[in-house]
Amino acid sequence: MVLMDLNNMEENTVLITVVDREGVGHALEAPTDMGMNMMELCKSYELPVEGTCGGMAMCASCHMYIISDHDLGIRNDDEEAMLDQAFFVKENSRLGCQLHIAPNFNGLKVQLAEVGG
Amino acid sequence: MIETDIIIIGAGPCGLFTVFEAGLLKLRCHLIDALPQAGGQLTEIYPKKPIYDIPGFPEVLAGELVENLMNQAAPFKPGFTLGERAESFEKTEDGKFIVTTSRGTKHIAPVVAIAGGLGCFEPRKPPISNIGQFEDKGIEYIVRDPEFYRGKRVVISGGGDSALDWSIFLAEGVAEHVTLIHRSTSFRGHLDSVQKVMDMAASGKMTLITNGEVVGVDGNEHVSEVHVAITGQENHQVIATDHWLPLFGLSPKLGPLAEWGLNIDKNSIEVNTFDYSTNVEGLYAIGDINTYQGKLKLILCGFHEATLMVQSAFKRIYPNKNYVLKYTTVNGVNGFE
Repeated sequence: MVLMDLNNMEENTVLITVVDREGVGHALEAPTDMGMNMMELCKSYELPVEGTCGGMAMCASCHMYIISDHDLGIRNDDEEAMLDQAFFVKENSRLGCQLHIAPNFNGLKVQLAEVGG
Repeated sequence: MIETDIIIIGAGPCGLFTVFEAGLLKLRCHLIDALPQAGGQLTEIYPKKPIYDIPGFPEVLAGELVENLMNQAAPFKPGFTLGERAESFEKTEDGKFIVTTSRGTKHIAPVVAIAGGLGCFEPRKPPISNIGQFEDKGIEYIVRDPEFYRGKRVVISGGGDSALDWSIFLAEGVAEHVTLIHRSTSFRGHLDSVQKVMDMAASGKMTLITNGEVVGVDGNEHVSEVHVAITGQENHQVIATDHWLPLFGLSPKLGPLAEWGLNIDKNSIEVNTFDYSTNVEGLYAIGDINTYQGKLKLILCGFHEATLMVQSAFKRIYPNKNYVLKYTTVNGVNGFE
């Protein structure tokens, strides 16, 4: 687990923990003012998220589980449709590309889903 | 044997534009693609999505862009081998390449350009450990010939158009019985197909299981039953069947190209940005499939790469000819007879 100094964070930044498929947690600083989504955040830190379709909710390679109790709203129709075709889907499944990082993401913890198919 | 100047693997936007740029240099091209139609992911994944970063087009639908690229390439009469995956290559004594497809079609050319995008589209396979054991022995990911299922018991998984359409088709007097299993209660297929499935299930013409998922498959040599987990039920339901068709759409895989002896970094082919050549002389990689320092996976970057690549291809094919860049504004586009 990488620790970060919470007192030394820049403005417009939230702290998000991404647990990879080996169970290792990565504490990531994420900007809230760059229109970034969770798929892009993972890619920018070189975590193993393919983001094959580029963020159109059309491949499920950024499938992740929300493991903290943050309320990130409901899945949109495209996301719901794609998760219907994906594997290892659970109640807390989301597509990272559809989660746009906002101030309420601070302290969020997600786990990368297994890559299926 | 199909003979050409440049074999292009992948008929997406980058491969199609290569035909045009090569044509300006009087080089002929032949495209190979695993999908049954040209256009790559633009046609397969997002034909109705608008693209905003093609120079000169404030907005263009992906499907329209492909159509335009086909029209632009048309004067240069490209050849197509579609629905076949490029499997392997061998080098001839005189330095040419023979590329063989999954159906055994052979192509020969002095230059090969891999414009494979994300790789080839392959069916998504459910994560069941022994699934490979029953492939083509009762498990099929694609319906090739519906007659194959005549009089058989068929289980279909999925909630999209292909799962719905095949369920309807096979349940209307082809298969002995059809069971459609879907993970949720909502379907994302066309409304009239969804309604038809509901009606057929209500009248007993097929069995519909929602909130269910096939989690196991069993049989001797051939599939004889699938095990279905249903939300809220403790025990798995066992369904006796002759076939199971998991229809979960397609996802791209690098596939056989990974075995071509090319330098690969994170599923992408390393190239020299001088001419987008790979470590195999005469073999180039352009578009989303390649990688180099500063690489951006954008269609417009693929167009640029294709343009520079054909210059190098020309020099390889005609080492003794000098080439002078000609502008289309001056010379127009002179296609092949």
